[in-house]
Amino acid sequence: MSSSRTIKVEALTRVEGEGGLYVRLEGNHIEDVKLSIYEPPRFFEAFLRGRPLEEVPDITARICGICPIAYQMSSVHALEAALGVTISPEIRRLRRLLYCGEWIESHALHMHLLHAPDFFGVDSGIDLAERFPEEVTRGLRLKKHGNELLEVLGGRAIHPINIAVGGFYKAPRKDDLLKLLPDFEWGLQAAIATTRWVATLDFPDFTRDYDMVALQHPDEYAMNEGHVASTRGGTVAVIDYEQAYEEFHVEHSTALHSRRAEDHASYHVGPLARINLNREQLFPAARKLADEVGIDWPCRNPFQAIVARGLEVVHAYEEAISIIRDYKPFAPARIPYDYQASSGCAATEAPRGLIYHRYEIDGAGRITFAKIVPPTSQNQQQIEADLRDWLPRVLNGDDDQTAMECERLVRCYDPCISCSTHFLKLTVDRQEST
Amino acid sequence: MSTPRQPRSPSVRPRLAVFKFASCDGCQLSLLDCEDELLAVAGAVDIAYFLEATSRIEPGPYDVALVEGSITTPHDADRIQEVRRQSKYLITIGACATAGGIQSLKNWADHEEFLQCVYARPEFISTLATSTAIADYVPVDFELRGCPINRHQLVETIGALVHRRRPRTPRHSVCLDCKRRGTVCVEVAQGIPCLGPITHTGCGAICPSYDRGCYGCFGPAAQPNCNALTDHYAVTGSSHEQLVPLLRNFNAAAPEFQAAGDRLASASSTEGQT
Repeated sequence: MSSSRTIKVEALTRVEGEGGLYVRLEGNHIEDVKLSIYEPPRFFEAFLRGRPLEEVPDITARICGICPIAYQMSSVHALEAALGVTISPEIRRLRRLLYCGEWIESHALHMHLLHAPDFFGVDSGIDLAERFPEEVTRGLRLKKHGNELLEVLGGRAIHPINIAVGGFYKAPRKDDLLKLLPDFEWGLQAAIATTRWVATLDFPDFTRDYDMVALQHPDEYAMNEGHVASTRGGTVAVIDYEQAYEEFHVEHSTALHSRRAEDHASYHVGPLARINLNREQLFPAARKLADEVGIDWPCRNPFQAIVARGLEVVHAYEEAISIIRDYKPFAPARIPYDYQASSGCAATEAPRGLIYHRYEIDGAGRITFAKIVPPTSQNQQQIEADLRDWLPRVLNGDDDQTAMECERLVRCYDPCISCSTHFLKLTVDRQEST
Repeated sequence: MSTPRQPRSPSVRPRLAVFKFASCDGCQLSLLDCEDELLAVAGAVDIAYFLEATSRIEPGPYDVALVEGSITTPHDADRIQEVRRQSKYLITIGACATAGGIQSLKNWADHEEFLQCVYARPEFISTLATSTAIADYVPVDFELRGCPINRHQLVETIGALVHRRRPRTPRHSVCLDCKRRGTVCVEVAQGIPCLGPITHTGCGAICPSYDRGCYGCFGPAAQPNCNALTDHYAVTGSSHEQLVPLLRNFNAAAPEFQAAGDRLASASSTEGQT
């Protein structure tokens, strides 16, 4: 007699947005694994058509309240490519500073409130704070620093208002940035302590043969520009991204999935991919710390993504401090442009991984076509593949235990379901059969 | 600064639930963004349902439900009824929940064409042709405006409910806030069309302080004179092609903004015919 069962997670928790998980087993054979995304679609790519291009960074920010900068940065760079705008070095540095703010805020949120509770068997970051008050309070301070940087540069932390095609509506005052420095100098040391703490967590021994994909830049830890690099070797120019990676639509998801075009293979984007590919370009304290956290790089254990996030927070503090110290107010804050019928694309590194935007515009400066590929939709197929290999290890417990272990794995990716819907609920189906 | 009150015992702490519909998560994130107050808030209320923050899922009934997002699917149209049945106070948070959000732009579009534009297999997708406010489906007890909401207003509202008083959230226009913070008027000084005079307070009047016009993310203020303002902008050189998208964005389906946007759109189509 073999038994067939279905394990379901109706609603994934401690992830952004709404999705579930469905697993069907025949005996111990995994028949089906689906990351089901029932987040309602919002049709951004459809209603962007006809809108003035200046609105695009304001509108695409609303795809995600946790990583609006990723959408704003990707959209302005894609539109600038279409318009033939070359931004000044000052604008370029300030945009990196802005992304540092979002990486700190988003990573600190995921590390302390969403992911760390999994390693201690508690339900939330708030429960974790009862056992680790110092660590969680420190994490909340880091998160606050990221938000404060976004408030100075962007006007507010969620859906910033100061990001324009061509640059910024207004360059910040030196004094307003300098005021952040004492907190950021404390934050750098705190982020190092946080990363050392998460490096001591009890990680499952789960090593995967990932194809990891991230932007790579010759001169810096890639954020806003570069080539699309893979741990398989080779790079692809961003303009060829859609030839190398394709989206497809599956029935159980309101998020499109991505795969390699040539062999339909899954790939992994995010902080682990970035650290594996670009570790040598981390700022000095982050680079040194990467050698001291007990990980033999490249790291292929998804559970250790929390350490990669910590290293990126350290890097972001170091780079932010450096940019703030050297900052001089500049003009113009925004590079002027003329409308032309054209198209342009860009890829940047969102906290959760590579994000790609492409737009077509008409001669009156209106959007005629939009394509947006968020990190979580690129990771979906990889998450399902990971679950297939993870499940045999976690089937011994009851369904609730199995479901919880599956959620743990999914959470390593910091999936953003709100983003990808254009994500998660676990259902485990067990039927008796002969 | 007020002295922190002693947390009530779990049995009398209000049971708080946070529900999400079609949205970006930004408004519920505002609660987690209260870094200084988060642990205190968590001590003052019993967080019974908040998927983004905790794996503990407790069944209703709840004393307070914070509802983020708009209704865009048949499933969600049913789900909000159950949320209402389970909740003593239902508070909508943010422009999606209070007005339908940016996704309400589909209310003006051909829904089938939208499906085909985004999805290769539209038959896999079940959605309504519209995105509308929670109040269109169930009675709402209190609303917090904004895209995103102001987290201080959220803490004020939760605090008020814990202490059983009415939340204090003002309803004047953004225009007044600029005067208070001493921001030079971008409309008067630079001729930039600004929705500050007709937009609900709450953001802190940030856009004009960054040299750009208000784009109305907190929705209509109390008794806004939208037509007078847009007529003024039309006379002073703004085209309907600029003004219609300005009114039709994050609060496009808020009644006052919808009426004003539709009036301008129909005026330009009439002009186009003559």
